[in-house]
Amino acid sequence: MARRHLRLPGWISFAAACALGLSACGGGNISKTTAGSGKTCGDLNIAMNAWTGYYADAYVVGELAKNKLGCNVKYVKLAEEPSWSAMANGTVDTILENWGHDDLVKKYITQQHVVEDAGMTGNQGIIGWYVPPWIAKAHPDITDWKNLNKYASDFKTSESGGKGQLLDGDPSYVTNDQALVTNLHLNYKVVVGGSEAALIQSFRSAEKNHTWLLAYFYEPQWFFSEEKLVRVHLPKYTPGCDSNPAKVACDYPPYHLNKLISTKFADSGSPAVTLIKNFHWTNDDQNQVAEYIAKDGMPGPAAADKWIAANQDLVNQWLQGT
Amino acid sequence: MTTLEATPAPPAPTSKEEQPRVAETGTRRTGLYLLAIAVVWGLGYFLFKNHDTLSRPFVQLNGLDKWFNHIRDNIQAAGLHNWFFHGVIGNGSTFVNDHVIGELQGWLSTPSGGRPVPEVGWLGVVAIFTWIAYAVAGLRSAGLVLVGTLLFGVLGYWQDSVDTVIITILAVVVSIVIGIPVGIAMARRPWVSATLTPVLDVMQTMPSLAYIPIAVVIFGPGATCALVITTIYAIPPLVRITEHGLRSVSATTIEAAGSMGVTRGQLLRKVQLPMARRTIIVGVNQCTLAALSMAVIAGLINGPGLGQDVIYALANLNVGDGAVAGLLIVVIAIVLDRTTTAASERRERTQGSLGAVSSPGVMLVSVVLEHLPRWASQDTRAPRRRPSPLMRRIVLLVTLVPVLVCVYFSHSYLDLAQFPTAWNVGTHLSNGINSVTDTVVNHVDTFTAWVKNAISYGFLNPLQDLLASTPWWLTAPVLLAISWVVGGLKPFLTTLVCEGVILGVGLWNDSMTTLTMTIVATVLVMIIALIVGVWIGRSRTADRIIRPILDAFQTFPSFVYLIPALALFSPSRFTAIVAATLYAAPIAVKLVADGIRGVSATTIEAARSQGITTWQMIFKVQLPMARSSIALAANQGLLYVLSMVVIGGMVGAGSLGYLAISGFAQDNLLGKGINAGIAVTALGILLDRTARAAANRGRT
Repeated sequence: MARRHLRLPGWISFAAACALGLSACGGGNISKTTAGSGKTCGDLNIAMNAWTGYYADAYVVGELAKNKLGCNVKYVKLAEEPSWSAMANGTVDTILENWGHDDLVKKYITQQHVVEDAGMTGNQGIIGWYVPPWIAKAHPDITDWKNLNKYASDFKTSESGGKGQLLDGDPSYVTNDQALVTNLHLNYKVVVGGSEAALIQSFRSAEKNHTWLLAYFYEPQWFFSEEKLVRVHLPKYTPGCDSNPAKVACDYPPYHLNKLISTKFADSGSPAVTLIKNFHWTNDDQNQVAEYIAKDGMPGPAAADKWIAANQDLVNQWLQGT
Repeated sequence: MTTLEATPAPPAPTSKEEQPRVAETGTRRTGLYLLAIAVVWGLGYFLFKNHDTLSRPFVQLNGLDKWFNHIRDNIQAAGLHNWFFHGVIGNGSTFVNDHVIGELQGWLSTPSGGRPVPEVGWLGVVAIFTWIAYAVAGLRSAGLVLVGTLLFGVLGYWQDSVDTVIITILAVVVSIVIGIPVGIAMARRPWVSATLTPVLDVMQTMPSLAYIPIAVVIFGPGATCALVITTIYAIPPLVRITEHGLRSVSATTIEAAGSMGVTRGQLLRKVQLPMARRTIIVGVNQCTLAALSMAVIAGLINGPGLGQDVIYALANLNVGDGAVAGLLIVVIAIVLDRTTTAASERRERTQGSLGAVSSPGVMLVSVVLEHLPRWASQDTRAPRRRPSPLMRRIVLLVTLVPVLVCVYFSHSYLDLAQFPTAWNVGTHLSNGINSVTDTVVNHVDTFTAWVKNAISYGFLNPLQDLLASTPWWLTAPVLLAISWVVGGLKPFLTTLVCEGVILGVGLWNDSMTTLTMTIVATVLVMIIALIVGVWIGRSRTADRIIRPILDAFQTFPSFVYLIPALALFSPSRFTAIVAATLYAAPIAVKLVADGIRGVSATTIEAARSQGITTWQMIFKVQLPMARSSIALAANQGLLYVLSMVVIGGMVGAGSLGYLAISGFAQDNLLGKGINAGIAVTALGILLDRTARAAANRGRT
């Protein structure tokens, strides 16, 4: 008993001393932050879909919203399609790089009116099948899909059950590959797994070891500055040829990537709405930020700050009217 | 046992061995039956290969899939106006999001109302958590909580760690409010118990990915949904152990109380609950750890906390970040475990050890999450005298003063509100791990590819061919026959029902692929478990060194294993198998070791006096006598493996797991994903019941 009596007050005074000591040297009174124009921003929940190009958009807009408009920015790490339904129930305010999703546009924008289009990002998206440079060099005819079956046995792996392997990315990515393989009668099997980072690692390893690899990939993509992957041409895309997901037998459409905001957020009067609507840049801009993040290993916000500092004029245009 | 009588029992021949065992003859005959089944199966495979495999293209939806999609569309449409889905569920879930979890986050973790920081800064949160630990569990726990909470910031994930703690604790509170009354009802009324036990069985066998899509449809991705699935996952152990605790209050005590004329209510409040309190707190402990592991998985559906960081690390193949976030989850687990355990120990020091509760009696009921890192929670010191209750209250009040001071200062000063970045070592740790990983991966990628190919071509592919390329009308009866031979009538019936379900949802071929991976990984787990388990079961020194490692591995959330596995092996089924093996091995090793250690000293002594060698000791005495533990290890290993093989769908494992994940990642695959969840559950029940029956038979 006696021991406890002695020890506890000691502990208390230690803690108190720590608190006082820290507060004495710790500076900076906390004041409420407000937006430049006086409008308060409040919370901004940005969906964070899992590819580096998206991170670039999200961190650039997020850093501006945080530092210039005083928003409480939160990055919600969620897959593409769940992000739409999260906008519908109010836990996500915006998607900054949307790849098509006609069925969801119909459901959430046209029918339910819970999501709004917030304009183009300026980025042009391409989805396709790619091979590492060495294969294209050694076998130039591989870029035509009709020759894929000829090489199927070269692309065989332990996973592809005697067929050629077509490696896909994250299970949540936009893809018609399973249907394409069936409908184009390709002797291939789609192996899905991993992520953008896993795909890049596979390409690097295939180029280094001269192993065979055919994989789903996309632009805008910083990795092309490191390795010139070559695209395999599928039957030409015509509008509407991909309307039935099970019957698709044509290439992916060219994507004009756009931004989305939830209707609730659009009506909130937050200055971030204007910023998001104004945000517009090029593939090169995005690739630059993506390269800072993925290749140079910079933390997302730091990469965005670096790009923002170098592109003040463009950024100021986005901030007009906020 | 009924199961034994159900099989054609051969006339028991007299055994010449020293310890005649009934099961001995049964085993030999079982082997013969299994061989016969294998021959039929193999023959069928060669004759009818690739016929009627029921394999279905990924994008092809059947009627049931479309029906689920249709229901989802209706629910989502109803979510706009309908009184129930909009009025009750929609508003309720928004309320919990914004005003319960959001409010708590605003206080403790995220910027709140125009402030760039939460109401209470890091110093205040550290002080509050430490004080609470002191109040409920004592000074030692307070110290552990202090260190653990500081680590949140030092490792660089302050906000997400606090969010994880918030979700976990809220889920535990909800579980206690619902679970303990249900447990009491089950203990007091046999019909409640009889009704709910199968439900709890299914809940515990169901891999978490199976019910996430359904919860997302109803609640939408967000904190509320995370809380709901976490609670669903955390409740069963609490209900189970509460029931068990109340039932194990001795009949004599109850009779004695009855003779004093107490009412049923008094009996419960004054006798049963106080006597079962320690057991119930063990239930709370298990419930807490289950909640934590699910709170991490909830990151997939926008649950706040470290789960998102782990998944983000997986998407970026960032082994370092994944490891650091995983380490923090281990820290939280240790802190929560220690605090709840210490809380139970301080209440009733006089009661005996709780060993009986975590004995196979409860373990066998189903997957009990034996996640307890014991080395963190063992209090080896002799109990000290406690201060009187009044004294304690005074001390608590007095210590509240510095806590409030900390809270006040951390509310007002930025440096005490935001964890100083200068103290962050997590980034350096992560970068270090990453550079090591990069070097290793770059040097061994041809070797890992070779290992992957060897196991895939040599073992995995032939087995998958046999299971999935043989016509379903042959494989289904074969599995039925196996369950009959190793288990008896009950598992036979379970298998029949489960096969019906799998065929019904139209995912037979994918289920067989998943089953193949599960079998291969379980075999690997058992090889590791037997080698390491025998080793640490026989050597105290090995035990002391290896057990803490096993504890730590057991506490790592399943996702964390996927990241290094993916970095080393790139997307493949083998990647999932490696992750599953690492995930399931610790529990299996521990169970085997406990079995070996449990062999009575007299037996060992007697055998030794006969002058047998070490190998004979292991193979003729220890392993045979630890048979039931080994069977239990296989059973537990199987279920751990299955849950991980399913998550492995994210890294190339394909089949059911991939379908389940696609179910909530791709809008039009939701129905198929739900069906995959149902198929996984059926597969889990089939495997669990068969393995358990086989294990029980081993004991008889």
